[in-house]
Amino acid sequence: MQELAVPLNHVLLVSSLLFCIGMLGLMIRRNIIFILMSLEVMLNASALAFIAAGAHWGQPDGQIMFMLILSVAAAEVAVGLGLVLQVQRRFKSLDMDDANRMRG
Amino acid sequence: MRDYIWLIPLLPLISSITLMIAAPRLTHKIITLLGVGSVGMAAVATCALAIEFVGNPNPIEIVLWTWIHVADLAPRIAFYVDGLTLVMMSVITGVGFLIHLFSSEFMEHDASYARYFAYLNMFVAAMLVLVLADNLLLLYLGWEGVGVCSYLLVGFWYQNSANGHAARKAFIVTRIGDTAMAVGLLLLFTELGTLDIQSMISSANSEWEIGDNLPTIACLLLLAGAAGKSAQLPLHTWLPDAMAGPTPVSALIHAATMVTAGVYLIARTHGLFLLSPSAMTAVAVLGLATSLMAAFTALVQTDIKRILAYSTISQIGYMFLALGVGAWTAGIFHLMTHAFFKALLFLGSGAIIHCLHHEHNIFKMGGLRRRMPVTFWSFMIGSAALAALPMTSGFFSKDQILLQAYQLASIGPWLWLGGLLGALLTAVYSFRLVFIVFFGAVNTEPDREIGWRMAVPLTLLCTLSLVGGYFSLPLTNVFPTVDAGHPAHWVEVISVAVPLLGVLLAYGLFLGRQLKLQPWMEGQIGQAIRQFWFSGWGVDQLYNSLLVQPYSILAGMLKGEPIDRLYNAIVRLNQTLHQWLSVTQTGRMRWYIASMVFGLIFTLGIAFNVAPGAI
Repeated sequence: MQELAVPLNHVLLVSSLLFCIGMLGLMIRRNIIFILMSLEVMLNASALAFIAAGAHWGQPDGQIMFMLILSVAAAEVAVGLGLVLQVQRRFKSLDMDDANRMRG
Repeated sequence: MRDYIWLIPLLPLISSITLMIAAPRLTHKIITLLGVGSVGMAAVATCALAIEFVGNPNPIEIVLWTWIHVADLAPRIAFYVDGLTLVMMSVITGVGFLIHLFSSEFMEHDASYARYFAYLNMFVAAMLVLVLADNLLLLYLGWEGVGVCSYLLVGFWYQNSANGHAARKAFIVTRIGDTAMAVGLLLLFTELGTLDIQSMISSANSEWEIGDNLPTIACLLLLAGAAGKSAQLPLHTWLPDAMAGPTPVSALIHAATMVTAGVYLIARTHGLFLLSPSAMTAVAVLGLATSLMAAFTALVQTDIKRILAYSTISQIGYMFLALGVGAWTAGIFHLMTHAFFKALLFLGSGAIIHCLHHEHNIFKMGGLRRRMPVTFWSFMIGSAALAALPMTSGFFSKDQILLQAYQLASIGPWLWLGGLLGALLTAVYSFRLVFIVFFGAVNTEPDREIGWRMAVPLTLLCTLSLVGGYFSLPLTNVFPTVDAGHPAHWVEVISVAVPLLGVLLAYGLFLGRQLKLQPWMEGQIGQAIRQFWFSGWGVDQLYNSLLVQPYSILAGMLKGEPIDRLYNAIVRLNQTLHQWLSVTQTGRMRWYIASMVFGLIFTLGIAFNVAPGAI
């Protein structure tokens, strides 16, 4: 089994940093495109963690999970962009808060 | 006529239902024709029945159908006519017809003319069912029926809330007695297995000995029912308030017929009462006590109808006294004569009230002797009969009661003395009424004289009040014959003299004013006694503080539903929490995400602290 060139801890650190960046973006951005992008960042951060873990224990499961996440992300982007188009058409804006129709 | 007895209660019933359903489509004339005519026809039919009955005085029994059939209980809709029933029917339809005729003028301009006759006809039908019933359950149906009609008619002018209050009072107070009576019926049914009056009494006589406990209990329960309906102590308080109804109603229901239903009940079940000497004594003592209490109260009243109401209570007390001493025939005789003269007095007072702009206070009347001669003479004759002056109808019946009371062993003379005192008071208050209303100065001018529809009933009732004493009632087969030996001569002389003395006393006090009451009345004790009597011996206040107020307080406490408050608190807590949470539903995505994140961090933090090794 081939050893990992980078220690596992470092990879996990990068992955959690990426995850936090994505999460922060999710929480503070108002533009829907950026929100979707932050979401991608978070998905990829977790995918990175899977890959690293799979390599560390020499198991194929990590890569399988990566493929799954990739396809989920692709599907999500397809649906998400479709929604973004609709939001843009209806509200003439990409601001998340403009699309709020609740009165509570 | 024998086979068509059912027509007699049916006629007023049909008329009543027609008036209820079709009143808006009927003209005034047709309503009068229906309302008065149906009772008139019933009176004619009763008359025909009476003539037939005199020719063949056997009790008539007709069975229409079986009402209910559950296990042993199979009451029938069946009518039983004997002398007693016939007397009651004649009073109900005869006096009833006259009062209906009077009403057609008295109520002429009332907006609810049709409703009035619908109720009044229904009352006559229910009362006829009551007296015709051959079993106690059917009797109870009529008993409740007249109670409902009384309620409806007391509260006839319901726009005034005081009248509604009086109606409810009448209904609730009589209901107390009715409940006791229902318990009595159940007791009789479980013990004797039948409610059919005749067979019940015969089986009671074969199963029970005189003086047993069971007949005493049953009789006392029936007595409670009778006391409620007939306004005897301690359930008499509803009758003076029931005067809120139209005056002809007071005449028919609260003087002539319904209030004597209790007397009828006891007379009808006399076979049971004879088994229980103590219950008989209770009836007599109760009657006498009520009679005296009401007579004292009537002495100081100022409302013309209240005087008559208390006098009614007092006279029914006499009837109870008669029943209690075993003078059955005399009691029923007094019932009949009382129906004549009390209906006369009530209709007379109705005529006065009608012509004096609804004035009830006797001290605002006065000097009506020349203004309203017909009314004056009817009041004169009615009061004479009420006071039992010689040769009037009241004299014959009251004299019989007093003489038979005197002959009773042990307590008889005491009852007689009490009765004499009552007779004295009766004479005083009835002539006080006449002297104040019809003599002296004119205080209020009548604005009209009565028409023929008022005058004819008054005249006929005058005649009946005068000659009613000479009727011989067909009661010899109904009641056990009492050995009415003659008491000492002086007893009879005193019985005759006392009412005359009372009239003289009333003359001296209220007309000639030879006797001065003023110094007595103004004194502190005089005022207190007067106030005490005026309020009806404080019974109303007593009930108010003893029963009504505690009940109101309890109701006030329960109104807040103390037990439900706990559950309501849970509901309110949930609602508050819900409101807090719904504030967080802003629709802002970033808030949701942020709260998810913080929630996640929080949960993870707990998990690390609680079980560090698990993750």
